[in-house]
Amino acid sequence: MTIERREKRQGAALVAPALLWTLVFFAVPFAGMAIMSLAHLEGREIVQGFDLGNYLRIFTDPSFRRGIFVSLEITLTVTVISVLLAWPLAWIIATRVPERWRRMALLIAVLPFWTSYVVRSYSWALVLGEKGVVNNALIGLGLLSEPIQIMATRAATVTGFVHFFVMLLTLTIYSNLIQLSPNYARAAMDLGASRWQVIRLVILPLTLPGVMTGAFLTFVLCIGDYITPQILGGNNELSLPQLIMMQLGRRGDYPMASALSVVLMAIVTLAYAASARWLKMERL
Amino acid sequence: MTASVTIQAVEHRFNNFTALHRVDLSIEAGEFIVLLGPSGCGKTTLLSIIGGFFTPTKGQVLIGGADMTHVGPRDRPTTTMFQDYALFPHMSLADNVAFGLRMRGVGKAARRDKAMEMLDMVGLADKGSRKPHELSGGQRQRVALARALAVDPDVLLLDEPLGALDLKLRRQMQDELKEIQQRVGTTFVHVTHDQEEAMAIADRIVVMNQGRIEHCGTPEEVYLNPKTPFSADFMGEMNRIEIATGQAASLGGTDAQPALDGGTLCLRPESIGLQGDFSLGRARLAHASFFGSHHRCHFRPLEAPDREWIAHLPQGIALHPGDEVELFGRNPVIFPRDAA
Amino acid sequence: MRILSWAYLIALFTFILLPVGVLVVFSFQDGRLPVPPFKGATLEWYASVLADRALMEALLNSMIVALISAAVSLTLGFLAASGLARVVLPGSVLMRGVLIAPMTVSYLIVALGLLQMFGKIGVRPSLLATGIGHVVINLPLCFAIIYASIGEHQKNALKAARDLGAREWQVLWLVAAPMLLPSLAAAYFLAFTFSWDEFIIAFLLTRFDVTLPVEIWSMLRSGLSPETNAVGSLVFLVSIVIVVALELLLFRKGAK
Repeated sequence: MTIERREKRQGAALVAPALLWTLVFFAVPFAGMAIMSLAHLEGREIVQGFDLGNYLRIFTDPSFRRGIFVSLEITLTVTVISVLLAWPLAWIIATRVPERWRRMALLIAVLPFWTSYVVRSYSWALVLGEKGVVNNALIGLGLLSEPIQIMATRAATVTGFVHFFVMLLTLTIYSNLIQLSPNYARAAMDLGASRWQVIRLVILPLTLPGVMTGAFLTFVLCIGDYITPQILGGNNELSLPQLIMMQLGRRGDYPMASALSVVLMAIVTLAYAASARWLKMERL
Repeated sequence: MTASVTIQAVEHRFNNFTALHRVDLSIEAGEFIVLLGPSGCGKTTLLSIIGGFFTPTKGQVLIGGADMTHVGPRDRPTTTMFQDYALFPHMSLADNVAFGLRMRGVGKAARRDKAMEMLDMVGLADKGSRKPHELSGGQRQRVALARALAVDPDVLLLDEPLGALDLKLRRQMQDELKEIQQRVGTTFVHVTHDQEEAMAIADRIVVMNQGRIEHCGTPEEVYLNPKTPFSADFMGEMNRIEIATGQAASLGGTDAQPALDGGTLCLRPESIGLQGDFSLGRARLAHASFFGSHHRCHFRPLEAPDREWIAHLPQGIALHPGDEVELFGRNPVIFPRDAA
Repeated sequence: MRILSWAYLIALFTFILLPVGVLVVFSFQDGRLPVPPFKGATLEWYASVLADRALMEALLNSMIVALISAAVSLTLGFLAASGLARVVLPGSVLMRGVLIAPMTVSYLIVALGLLQMFGKIGVRPSLLATGIGHVVINLPLCFAIIYASIGEHQKNALKAARDLGAREWQVLWLVAAPMLLPSLAAAYFLAFTFSWDEFIIAFLLTRFDVTLPVEIWSMLRSGLSPETNAVGSLVFLVSIVIVVALELLLFRKGAK
């Protein structure tokens, strides 16, 4: 055996356990789900077959079609708003906050990460509820006479999501910003750029890879999340994950749940393909 | 375009650390000045003050006679070529070079033409549409130069621009920098810690140490007649020979040289040889190595065998370790007792 | 620009901290509803949380699942990263792709796939099943963090260790692990946090022994209650203590 082959064998032996785990507990179940999506329900029995009936229903049945649109709309809204809010925040922390307070500011910016995800959505229910802090404040200021309905609307879902993803994006964009050599901004200024031109022509484009990576992450996590729309959005309009959970819960319709999951997965893959050239996953 | 630069009593402090102590310096229009010194000597701080990135704690900066002390970098007739080049990675080379013109509101066609002209000057005319990451280190360095010169600055500031290049390329770029500077006539202020580089390109070298200017002069002056022991050492290898007071050393026949009575006699390795102006006494060769242009010989003087002198002897010399010869000195640099 | 910056900073910080602030404040509410007006402070809800057997069990379950699943993820990820960093194997790129793949998939899909597979082969929903699921989602994370921290410099150190006669396990244990300690710690910490906080996999893959997020979820069904605030505040407090401790002990040292 050559030295190279022995090296390779040892390397492969190290990789094997992780690879095996991923194959057995990720790839196989996923394949199983894909097969399951081609089955259908007769009464309470699952009949394995090879028909695309579930997929046909997803794209024709208005309630399913609507679910896809609702999920896409919410996710895109959340991604755009979060990026727009997080970029200036990250920039301010990276460039305006004095250096010795920077770590502190960043820590505050992500402080709510450290409560549980479920609890975070619940806290927004407290804030946005009929008797919650927002309504109370608005009435107290005389801006409202009656409480407005925020809970169980899309606005509540979006607010809850934006809260989480602003924190996430602030982190990714901040780490991108502080990695940039300060000489980029100096060079641009030296050549006559104004403060605003420095940001628009140099700093912003340079953070684009980081922004895109964060935005993609936001998209993936947002479109697959069940908790936030369930707690804050309620049942007035259902997102894809809510529809999937509903298939499981009410009727035990595993084939339909599987088909919906495959569609969800396909959407994420498409989003990845669309943004792949911008992404640098290793930057995470 | 070109302009003179005058630094008047400039002092700069960072918190408690004084980076520059009352520095005065006049640079003439069109001069190629090199600020030379070890890291932390204040040379980059001085450059940043000329470029407008810092306001000095005290003192004034005049460019072309006008007070620029409080003028920001974008409104100064200076441009800086940064150590890491700071080429904008998302722009093509042409866009990088044209950036300054764009900021000055120059039209698209005009700035393209100018960018191509500048790229042509640095020999990259065919690569205008490339991105910086597709270039080698030397090519990036040229683009940075073209970008800084495209706006016709009066003064170009270069912050160790050759530091990242390998030795051969660095020598080549030094020649190119010098040639381009002579062509465009802009005042160049160049920072480096490499004394060979300084001698290769400078009209005048400013040797700096611990926030002060130690010596300012032509390469010959600084090398052959250093004003302080620091610049003597920094400009190249030096043999120091201590002369005790009362033990006057005769420095041979040169009329101008007085006899030295106490102090330090400094001799470059090439100023020690088998002939010369004054005798250093006999010495034994400890070991020698051949450097191509010379033999580098380590001698032990017979009077003080614990000392070592280094001499560069010409190619043809045939000496062997253990040989005893009489050594002679030329071009001595003398520091009286209190200066050394 | 300066005033605008500070105003923006304050506005966003308010937005970010508002829900947590409300959560903590109304965990002390002396009344049945955690909404304004604030009726006075009491620790009653904290007492009832600490006396809640189901909650305390769930907390313990979460702790066990998180500790063990993070350790398994870290070990597998570390081995795989050092293997792939060591030699270029045929299909290295593909292997990296496979290992990273679960990161781009919703937890819901991971959970559903495992639920169906476990159902077929007769594995009951349990903490073990949940732990397996958590390793699936955390393994890519650990692998990516550790793999990214092995640069040329680290590769050469590993080569030197082998050259000096270390066996493979000695290379890993005596050289690689100490050298990569900061990123190993970061990976373990993140994996622990994600497992600790994970809801949907635990929700679908547990039945009688549940984890803390699932238990909190079932508390939510009975509506708003200061008790839920108290649980949330406690989790928050504990996390902050851990973060600060880690910051002081590990990362500060690693940063120098």
